[in-house]
Parts: sequence; structure tokens; C-alpha cells
Amino acid sequence: MSKSSPPNELFRNSGTELDLDWALSVQANTSAIERRCKTLPGRRSIKKANQAAWLLKAITCIDLTTLSGDDTEQRVRRLCQKAKYPVRRDLLEAMEIEPGTIHTGAICVYHEMVPAAVSALEGTNIPVAAVSTGFPAGLSPYALRLAEIGESVKAGAQEIDIVISRRHVLTQNWQALYDEMKAFRKACGDAHVKAILATGELGTLRNVARASMICMMAGADFIKTSTGKESVNATLPISLTMIRQIRDYYERTGYHVGYKPAGGISKAKDSLTYLSLIKEELGDRWLQPDLFRFGASSLLGDIERQLEHFVTGHYSANYRHAIG
Amino acid sequence: MKVKEILETMDYGEAPESAEQAKEWIARHSGKMGLYINNSIECPDGRDSLESRNPANGELLAHVCQADSDDIDRAVHAARKAQPEWEGIGGPARAKYLYALARLVQKHSRLLAVLETLDNGKPIRESRDIDIPLVARHFYYHAGAAQLMEKEMPDQQALGVAGQVIPWNFPLLMLAWKIAPAIAMGNTVVLKPAEYTSLSALLFAEICIEAGLPAGVVNLVTGDGRVGEMLVTHEGIDKVAFTGSTEIGRNIRQAIAGQGKELTLELGGKSPYIVFDDADLDSAVEGLVDAIWFNQGQVCCAGSRLFVQEGIAEIFHRKLRARMDKLRIGDPMDKSIDVGAIVDPSQLESITCIVEEGLKEGGVRHTCPAKLPETGCFYPPTLITEVDPACQLMQEEIFGPVLVGTTFRTPAEAVALANNTRYGLAASIWTENINLALDIAPKVICGVAWINSTNQFDAAAGFGGRRESGFGREGGREGLFAYTRSKNAPTNELAEVKALPGKSEPVGAEIDRTAKLFIGGKQARPDSGYSTPVFSTEGKLLAQVGQGNRKDIRNAVEAAAGAKGWGKSTAHLRAQILYYLGENLSARKNEFAERILSMTGCELETAELEVNSSIDRLFTYAAWADKYDGAAHGVPIRGVALAMNEPVGVIGMICPDESPLLGLISLLAPALAMGNTCVVVPSEPFPLSATDLYQVFETSDLPAGVVNLVTAKHAEVAETLAGHMEIDSQWYFGSGGLSPLIEKASAGNLKRTWVNQGKSIDWNDSRQAEGKMFLRQATEVKNIWIPYGE
Repeated sequence: MSKSSPPNELFRNSGTELDLDWALSVQANTSAIERRCKTLPGRRSIKKANQAAWLLKAITCIDLTTLSGDDTEQRVRRLCQKAKYPVRRDLLEAMEIEPGTIHTGAICVYHEMVPAAVSALEGTNIPVAAVSTGFPAGLSPYALRLAEIGESVKAGAQEIDIVISRRHVLTQNWQALYDEMKAFRKACGDAHVKAILATGELGTLRNVARASMICMMAGADFIKTSTGKESVNATLPISLTMIRQIRDYYERTGYHVGYKPAGGISKAKDSLTYLSLIKEELGDRWLQPDLFRFGASSLLGDIERQLEHFVTGHYSANYRHAIG
Repeated sequence: MKVKEILETMDYGEAPESAEQAKEWIARHSGKMGLYINNSIECPDGRDSLESRNPANGELLAHVCQADSDDIDRAVHAARKAQPEWEGIGGPARAKYLYALARLVQKHSRLLAVLETLDNGKPIRESRDIDIPLVARHFYYHAGAAQLMEKEMPDQQALGVAGQVIPWNFPLLMLAWKIAPAIAMGNTVVLKPAEYTSLSALLFAEICIEAGLPAGVVNLVTGDGRVGEMLVTHEGIDKVAFTGSTEIGRNIRQAIAGQGKELTLELGGKSPYIVFDDADLDSAVEGLVDAIWFNQGQVCCAGSRLFVQEGIAEIFHRKLRARMDKLRIGDPMDKSIDVGAIVDPSQLESITCIVEEGLKEGGVRHTCPAKLPETGCFYPPTLITEVDPACQLMQEEIFGPVLVGTTFRTPAEAVALANNTRYGLAASIWTENINLALDIAPKVICGVAWINSTNQFDAAAGFGGRRESGFGREGGREGLFAYTRSKNAPTNELAEVKALPGKSEPVGAEIDRTAKLFIGGKQARPDSGYSTPVFSTEGKLLAQVGQGNRKDIRNAVEAAAGAKGWGKSTAHLRAQILYYLGENLSARKNEFAERILSMTGCELETAELEVNSSIDRLFTYAAWADKYDGAAHGVPIRGVALAMNEPVGVIGMICPDESPLLGLISLLAPALAMGNTCVVVPSEPFPLSATDLYQVFETSDLPAGVVNLVTAKHAEVAETLAGHMEIDSQWYFGSGGLSPLIEKASAGNLKRTWVNQGKSIDWNDSRQAEGKMFLRQATEVKNIWIPYGE
């Protein structure tokens, strides 16, 4: 985001008491939600300069991610470079955007890669996010999961993406989910915490909605769909379900909680649909990287190609854009 | 704007659809929209023309030809001439043409969509994503209906020539709804598009030519209401189908009364949108966008009355207002517009007037804050809460983007509010509780109910209303019957059957027998205090019957309306009672035969046959009671559309004068089997078979009020019955030629009618006097859309 207009600083969500009357009154009608999602792309069409601007916005909201067993420090350094300079300079100039003002929202890595990322991003305001708490399954010993957060924060991670215990949702043990989330939040200290719900494993949209609400009550700064490792990752219906809870939570508490769909979003066109969904359901304030992120690795490439098409009028090719 | 600025504002910007090709198409026609008669598009000289304007900016699009009576004659004549061969080529051959029409609609889909939006003002998203795909779907579905007609509807044949008049809110879609089933079933048509929106119809005419449709099968005549009137009253028309306002529907009903034409009407509505406290509130709010702000609220089935359970009303209204504030209003050709232009300045004025007048009675208004375009016909999406049932705003159809609402406390109160209207088209019901949803849907008076959804349409599911929303269904299997008649339909003229003369003699030693009326399960003296003697063939007094009048009819209807629980009793119970009626009639066989013989002077054998046939008919409908099933339609959602057969309600029946027992039973038994309650006026010259039935009724466990019998002179009570607002359908099979009167008087509450049009039915012939046709007349199909998925 352009440095000239930093988003107004928000109060961090400090959570509320566990209010089960509220959480359990939450409903999510799957067919109706799907219908809304199906018609949305047809209701909002974003073309030309508006499309280019929206795509740049999408870039600023990307948590550029690598979560592979074969990650190395050099690989992470390369990715960080891409985070700093996500779009070719000539394209930015053609759009009259000052180079250096557009960077991704964050870099997202495993704990062991945090130091490399922090060092590569030194001097920028791009935060490093670490996936944590026994990511992706979240089934390592509770004490170790808590400790892992502390280690990553110590290593310089400013954002921690925790995974919730899906079993608490599936057995409707909301108190346990609330307590766990609260403990994770506390362990994060000043680092912001994103709660990964692993929505593809929660069975129903109603569970997704209720788990979203409980995690916000327990102080999550962001709620996030997936680890990227489940068979179903971010979808529009899941997103709509989650952001409607964010809206309700905001209306009731005044706290802005962020949203991060992760996994499966790889097309520029999809990113526009997501942004318009956010704009429609949550409002413009959520179209900023402090409240909205894409967890994505290949989305950026497609956006770059679309931007080149906007600038030149010709369809682009992969090799013309730097890899991360 | 520059990219950098947009990055700050995150505006959608403009996304205009190009009008270029549509304008070229109009220019190719020199801006003159002509008639389509006998396969040629023509602009005859010397006709007046109407201006067709784009309501979004007032721009003149084209001139539409005002057809004159000669044009209508030629169109009807062309259709008449084409009909026998069109029917004669058979369903599979017709299917190929319908299939071609569907394909061509898809091929020209964008041009059709753009033309529709220019002409009507609806957002291009809607014409592109909803109207035109549904048009194609309708032709595909009915291509299939034609293909299967001979196999699946072997006893049905085409009606002949259909005269069809459609409204301006869905110009091409309504055209498809009218033309597809009609021509699939072997009819030919003359259709009049609405005067504001004739353009897409002319493009459709070109599509017909492209499809190679035989000359005269489809004819289009354009112009204002006078053209419609000439068309529907034209003597060469066999069937009238109208979609439009209740007022015009009523006029048509009256204008064609007694002309022997079939009629279906799809009229206005004020459909309820019910939100229970356990609903997914955000989804219910979003549903309202599709319910009342779809097509600027100019939708007959728009969910225009909002009923929210009291405990969630505040939060729901807050969410709704917030959602309204996000609606985008403006140029309908912009792809990111939610609400486009109102069709015409006169409609805009009508909406404005109703709202401003209505608000004087109360209500709290919230208006969508979006800035309206400076020119063109636009009305902001509006919510008016705290509107009570007594307010005009709650009762009157606004036909614009205006939602009015109030709250309810209990499910029963929701139903009471929902049904407190003259209309009965559609309903939306929002709850996560399946028990509640499936309890409420059957209780709301409507033809279509949507659970947790709204404004769902598909060719496979019938659409249509009850009460003053009209009658008949379009789409689905039920819609096909609206364009066919039985091959066994009667053709002989019915001669008047007169009472036999005689002379009253002193009763003497005989015990006086004066039959009273049978109302609410009791025998009641006629209000008039008069009796009518009934004589035998020898002129001997057989008995006196009470002479019922309008007050007796009133009492009988009240009893019938109070007995509607019959419709909720199990089909098994109704079957048992019909069997029991048959059994008790059988026990008194000889008595009934002798009565027929003495009244009519027929052969004993004939009288016995009539009694036996009557018993048989009771058994037939006892059998049908639990077998005339609804259907689960395969609509394109994850879910099901349940077509439920519901009783019509209170049926008034004036029975045949001939076959005094069998005629009455032939009408009564299917009505009872399907759960209706009845006001029966028996044969006028031979009423004693009916009055003899009282004792059969009384011994057969028939609940009080389900059948009410009023002996009366048909001509004296026909108008009272047909005009009675509590009667839902009026049947007439008398020999006094009262069909026109019945049809005309029925216009009051637009009740269904079923009359003999002076034709003679052979009541002993089960192909004519029994079967599904009778069951269809005794039922309303309600399509309940139930999406599912967790």
C-alpha cells in the first residue's frame, strides 16, 4: 500500500467473554450462501484501470507463502525479494505507480525459515508470518505448541498463524476451543495472531461460522480458512460465512477482525471476486492488508500477467515475470 | 481515473455493455417494429405507431406498429389455418422446431439480452444471467414435452388457437412461457407483447423464421391495450392466456365470459416473505435483494410483504438497511448495477403516488442512499417498516422496489398475516427448522413457496397463483394441461331439462314429505319460506323441496368455509368416508333407483344403471383419494420442488339437471376426495335424489359442513354463488345455459370456474365423466422449492 496513506490504526481485538448464547445462535444456510456466491461475480464487473488498481491492491494483500519440506534459506530469500518487488518496474511506471510502494502483505513461512526471512526483509515494513502450533494438524503436545509460538516471536515473526484443534469444533467443545485460542493469543504477545480454522475439516458451514465466532471472542486478530494442506481450502461460500461473522462481531464489539482465505486462490479473476465480496459484505475498510490477506503462492504470477495485459494490450507469458 | 487514485478509492468504475449491435439491429428495421403474421414481418401502411423508449435515459429506440382489427383478423386467420397441420405433424416433429428455437435463443443470447435491457430498463446482469437463460430453458423443456406428448398424454389434444397477452416486466421470458407450451401441445398462437416492450418479440419473430417454423404457428401483433382486447375477444381464439395486472385480468374474464374459451390468468401479487427467529439472517437479508429489488421490484411474485419474528426484528431490519445501502442503482447497461430503471414514467409515477399516499397512514421509511441518475426513470430501493395490515401499503400491490413490513409473534400469526390478502401467488419462508418450514409452506395460500430462497423459476415446476393472483399454472406438467383438452370432451349440445308438470293434491293420509336444505350437517328450513313441488311423470306430487335463496347460499358457504379441516384430514380418512358413502348408497339402491324412475320417467334399467354408476364413482374417488399424488420436480438446484396437490377450498357446484344422482356424485366425489368442502345445488327439475342423500351423508361419518346442499332454482342462485368471495371455484353443469353468467360473475374474486359451456356430458361414460380431469379441477398445485445441503 502506498505510504502516503497508511490505514488508520485500529484497536486490536482483545476478545470478549465466551458468549455461547450468541455463538450458538449463529446459523449458516448452505444453499442460500452458495447462491449469493454464485451470483456475485456476475453482479460486479471490474474493468480496465479499475481492474489494474484492484489487482495491485490484491498484491498488497498477499501473504506470499512457502510451506514446503524442501524450503531452504536461499529459497526464502528469493521469495522475500519477490515480496519486495512483486511487479516489474516498467509496468508500475506505465501505471504511474511509484516503484517500491507496492509490496506483498507479508511473507509466510515455517518457524525454521523465520530468521532468514526476517533478515531478507530488514529495512522494509513487510512482516514475517510463521505458521505455528504444530501446523498443519495441530496435534503435537499442547505445551510444545505454545512454546513454538514463543520461539517464532523470539525469532522475529510479527504474525503467527496458529491452527485450531478441529476436534474441539467437531465435538462441539466450544469452551476448549475458546481456552486454546485464548492461550495462543496470549503466547503471541504483541505479534498478531491468525486463527486457521481448517474449514475443510469442520464438516458444515454452521461449524465454520461458530468456530469463527469463538475464535474472535478469544481474541484472534485474523481468522483464516485453511492450512493449504486440507483437500478443501478457501472457497467463496466458506469465506462468505466467515466474513459475515466478522461483521457481526464488529457490530457487537467494535473490533475489526481480519480475514485471510488461504489455498486454492490462484487466478487474478478470483482475487477480484474475493475483493468484491469483502467490499460488499464488510466494506472498504477491510480492503487493506491490515484486515485482509490472501494466503497464496501462485496468485501473484497470474496477476502480473494481467497487469502486463492492461499496460500493453497484449496477453502476457510467465517467463516475462520474475519468479520468487 | 488513474490507477493510483482508484487504489485509494477502490471504486468499481464503469463496466458498460455495448449497445452497438442492438442499435444496428434496430436500424436494420429502420426503427420500425412491425407485426409478424403468417411468417412475414410487415409494417402495414396507415397504422398508428407507439414510441418505444429506453427508460434509463428517455432515448427513442423505435416505433412500434399499432395493429388494427384487420391485422388481428389476419393473424388469427393465419394461426387458424396453420393449426391442424401443426398439430397433425405430431409431437416429435414439433419438438424439433422447439429445440431449434431454444438453440437459436442461445445463439442470439447477447443481442436478446441487450435489447431487453435497452427496452425495459432491467440490469443487463439480469437479462443476461436470468431472463434469457430461462427463455432457452423453457423451449428446451417444452421440446421435451412435445416429444413425449403422444406417449404421456395420450388422451389430450390441442385446444386450437391461443390468444396471449403478456406484460412488460419480463418481455421475452413471458413470451417463452406463453408460446413454448402452447406450440409444444400443437396449438398455434397469436401473441401481443406489452406496448412498452415489443422489441425482443420482433427479434424472436426473426428467430422463428430462422428456425423454419411453419407459417402461422406463431404470430405477433403489437400495440396498446386495445389490441389486446381485440385479440382476446376475437371469435377465432380458443384459449386466452394473460399475464398482467389483476384489474386487466378481471376485465378479460368478464369480456370473454360465455365465449367458450379456455382461460388462464397470472396476475398481481403481494407475496409474503417470512423470517423466523432461527433463520440464517444474513442469507434472509440477501434473499430480499433477490425478492424485492430484482427487476426493480416489478415482479408479480416479488416478496413485497416482509414479516419478521418480533425478537429478531430490530437486528434484522438493521442488517437489511445496511444491505440496502450497498445496492448500486443506475444505468442498467452497466454490468455492476443492481437496480436499473423503472419501465416507464407512468409506472414511476404510480409507485411514487402509492408510496406517498400510503405513508400518510403510517410506516417508517428507509431509502437506499445511492444517488439516482439525474435523468431516466429511477426509484430508490425502499423499506417501509411498522406497516400494519390495515394500511394500504400492506394491501396494495406497488409493483416497484418497495418493501413493506411488520412483525409477528408466532408461526400461526405469521400464517394469518401472510394470508391476509386478496392475492395468493408466492411465499418465501426462512427458517433452519425443517419442521417449521414444511408446516408453514402448505398453510400459506399461494401457488409457489420457496423455503430459504426466493424467486426461483424453472420450466419443470409450475408457476401460478390463487385468489386474485389468477388461476392456471405455467410450466411443469400442470402447465401442459392449460393448453390441451381431453379427446373425449363433450361436443353435443345440451338441451334444457325441464321439471315435469303436475298438480298439487291434498296430502290426505300420506305423510307429508318436504325436504329441507342440508347446511352444516343439519337439515335447515329455507330462508325464503317457500317450497317447490316435484311431480312424477304421471303429474303426481312426489314431494316438496325447499326453495333456497341467496341467504341459504350464504349460510351454506359459511358452513363450508368452517369445515376446511376436511382438507387437512388424511387422505385415508377421506377414502374411508367415500367408501362408506358408497356402501350406504348401495344399501338403499332400490329406493334411489325408484326415485330416479319416478322423477324422470326413465326405464328402470336406466335408473338402476345410474345408481350403480354412482356407487362405482364413489368407489373410484375413494380409490383416488390417497393416490392422486403430487410430484417431485427435477429443478436445477440441489434440492427438490415438491408439487403438492392441495384442495381448492370451497367449491360451489350447480349440478347437472339430467342424471340427478350420478351427475351430482360425479362432481361431489372428486371434490371430497381431494379435500374440498362443497356447496351443492342439485338438479333443478329432479332434486329429490339429492335430498334423499341427506340420510346417506348423516350415516357415513361425513363431518358437518363438508357437504352443504341447497335446492334452488339455478338461475336464482348462480350469480350469488359465482360472486361469493369465499367460494374458491364455481362449477356449473346445469342445462339452463348459465355458463356465461357464471364466468362473468366469477370475476369478482377471480375464482376458478368450470362450466359445461352448454355441452352435454354422458355421465355414464367414465371417459367423459370421471378421472384425472375432475381431480385437476378439484386441486391446486403448489410447488414448494426446498433447497438442501449442509
